[in-house]
Amino acid sequence: MQLQPEGLGVWGIAVAVAGGALRGSIPYLFVSLGECLTETSGKINLGMEGVLLMGAMSAFAVSDLTGSPWLGVVAAALVGLLLGAVHAWLTNQPAVNDVAAGIAMILFGSGLAFFFGKRFVAPMAPQLPLIGLGFWSRIPAVESALRISPLFFIGVAASFLLHWIFTRTRWGLQVRAAGDDPQAARALGINVSGVRFLAITVGAALAAVGGAHLTLYFPGIWSEGISGGQGLMAVALVIFARWSPRRCLAAALLFGGAQSLGLSLQSLGVKGYYHIFNASPYVFTLGVMIATCSPSRRLAGMPGALGRK
Amino acid sequence: MTLAGRLERILVPVGAIAAAMLVFGLFCAALGVNPLLVYASIWRAGFGSWYSWQNTLVRASPLLLTGLCTVLPARAGIIVIGNEGAVVTGGLGAVAAGLATQALAAPVSLAAMLAAAVFCGGAWIALSAALQHYRGVSAVISSLLLNYIAIALMNQLIEGPLRDPSSLNNPASYPLVPDHRIAYFSGTHVHYGLLLGLAACLLAGFLVDGTTFGFSMKVAGGNLRTARLVGLPVGRIAVMAGFLGGACAGIAGMIEVAAVHGRANESLNAGYGYVGILVAFLARQNPVAVIPVSLLVGGLLASSGMLQRAHDLPDATVSVLEGILFLFILLSDTVYGRLKLQGGRTHAVAA
Repeated sequence: MQLQPEGLGVWGIAVAVAGGALRGSIPYLFVSLGECLTETSGKINLGMEGVLLMGAMSAFAVSDLTGSPWLGVVAAALVGLLLGAVHAWLTNQPAVNDVAAGIAMILFGSGLAFFFGKRFVAPMAPQLPLIGLGFWSRIPAVESALRISPLFFIGVAASFLLHWIFTRTRWGLQVRAAGDDPQAARALGINVSGVRFLAITVGAALAAVGGAHLTLYFPGIWSEGISGGQGLMAVALVIFARWSPRRCLAAALLFGGAQSLGLSLQSLGVKGYYHIFNASPYVFTLGVMIATCSPSRRLAGMPGALGRK
Repeated sequence: MTLAGRLERILVPVGAIAAAMLVFGLFCAALGVNPLLVYASIWRAGFGSWYSWQNTLVRASPLLLTGLCTVLPARAGIIVIGNEGAVVTGGLGAVAAGLATQALAAPVSLAAMLAAAVFCGGAWIALSAALQHYRGVSAVISSLLLNYIAIALMNQLIEGPLRDPSSLNNPASYPLVPDHRIAYFSGTHVHYGLLLGLAACLLAGFLVDGTTFGFSMKVAGGNLRTARLVGLPVGRIAVMAGFLGGACAGIAGMIEVAAVHGRANESLNAGYGYVGILVAFLARQNPVAVIPVSLLVGGLLASSGMLQRAHDLPDATVSVLEGILFLFILLSDTVYGRLKLQGGRTHAVAA
C-alpha cells in the first residue's frame, strides 16, 4: 500500500507519516509491552527478535493452512508462550546470564523460523480485515492511510490494561516487587521465580502477536528479513519509555512515524539514497539510546533488580 | 589449575555438544528423517575426506576471526553481537583500499587492504564499546543496530560510487587486480586467510593470558569498581578491546573480499558474523578454544548443502542445530563445579 503523497504536497507527507505511525507502530508496541512486562519482573529478554520472527512465521503458516488469519494470531501467541517458557526456564538456572540467553534465543528462534518458513512459500496468506477510520474524508490517500489493522486497537488496549495490572492488581504488585527487590519479595512470601516465569512467557506471547502483524498485514508475505531488527529495537524503546506501558504506546507511535518519514520523503522525490533512507530507523534508534541512557545515574523508572537473579 | 579442573573444562563442553546433537537428532526424527543418516551426512560433508576438510577450512577461516570479535570485548565485560557489521565495513574498507592501490606492487596493496580492514572493522566495534562505557548504551543493542547500518552503507556503495557497471543483476564493486588477491595453498581451494585466522587466535590467546593488557581487561571485565580503584584506564581498555575484536572481524571481511570473491558484493553479509557469536560462546570466550570450535562449526556449515541434497532438509537446518547448540552450551554453565571431579567451582568468564 504505497501511498502517493505527491498529489497532496506537505499535507500528503503528514497524512502518510500519521498513517505510517499507526501501522508501523504495531510490532514495536507489542514487543515493547512484552519486554516492559518482562523487565518489570526483573528479567531481560533480548531474544524478542527470535520471538518476533517465530510469531511472524507461525501466524503466516497457520493463516495459510486454515484460511483464518485470527487463528494465525492465536498460533503466534501460543508459539510465543512456548519460546518464553524456554527462555524463562533457561535464565532461571544458576549461572545462566539473561543477556547470553537472549542472544541464544535470537539464533534459536530465527533458525526455527527459517527452517519451518521454507515450507510456506505461498505467495500470500489470508490477511486480517482492516478497520477504516478515514470514512470522513473523500481523499483516497487519506482514506487508505487510515485503514488500520485491528491489532493496533488490541495493542492500545493492552498497554492500558498492562498499566492497570501494574498499578491496581495483586499480581501486578508482585511483578513489580520481584523486579525491584527479589529478596524482599521472597521474604514477603512471593514466589519470585513463578512470577517471573509468567511475566516472561506472557511477555513473549505479546511479542509474537507483534510478529503476526508483520505477515498478516500488507503485503502479507513471509520472508527471512521481515523483522529487520525490530525485536531488538523495541527493547531499546522500553528504556526510552522508562518502563511505563502507556509511554510504550507513545514511543511505539514515534518509532513507527520515524520509520515512515524516510519512506515518504523518498517517494516525494529524494531519490538515489534508497539504502541510506532504509537505515534511518536504526540511526534514529541509536540516537534515541544515546540521548536516553546514562552510564552513571540510575534511570528513572528502571526496575531495581533488573538482570539480577 | 588442577588436572580435574582441566578435565572438566573439556568434558562439560563436549557433553553439551553431544546433548545438543542428541536433541537435534530427535528434531530430525520428529520430522521423519533418520537422525543416524543425518549425522553420517554431516560427518561426510564436513570431515569425511580431504576434499570435505577443504570446504570446512574455507568456512572456518572467517569464523576464527569473527569469533574473536565477540571474545575479545567479552574479556573486558562488553558483549558485542555486531560481528556481521564489522565484517561488512572491513570488507568495504579493504576493497576501497585495494582499488585505490591498483597501480602499486602487490605486497603494498595487500598491506593497505589489511590496514583499511583493521581500521574500519575496529572503529565499528570500538564505537559500540565506547557507547556502552561512556553513555551506558547496551553494546548488544547498539552493535546490532550498527549491523543494519553497515549493510545499508554497503548496498549504497556497491550500487553507487564503487559499482562495476558490468555487474547487472547482482550489484558488486569493481574487481580487485588478480595479482593483488590472497593466494591459495597449491592444489587446494583453501586460501592463506586461514593462516591469518589461526595467527590471530594464537596472538589473542597470548594477549589475554600472557600480557598486562590482557590481565587489565580481565580485571575491568570482572569488576569495574575494582578496576577503577586500582587506577586502570577502564574506558580506554573497553574501547581498545572493542577495536581489537572489530579489527579481527574486519580482517575476515578482507579475506572474503581478497581471497574468495575478489570484489565486494552481497555475499559479504553471508552470516559469518552471526555464526561468530555462536563460536565465541561455544569457546567460552577463550581465544585459543576458538580454533577447534571454528573447525567444528565450519564443518557444520559445510554440510548444509549435503543435508539439502541427501535428505531434502532446508538449508536453515544448520541454523536450527546452531540454536540448539547455543542453548545447551549456556545450560552447561550450570554444571561447572557440580561434577564430582574437584571440590571448588572453576572460574567462568562472566558473560
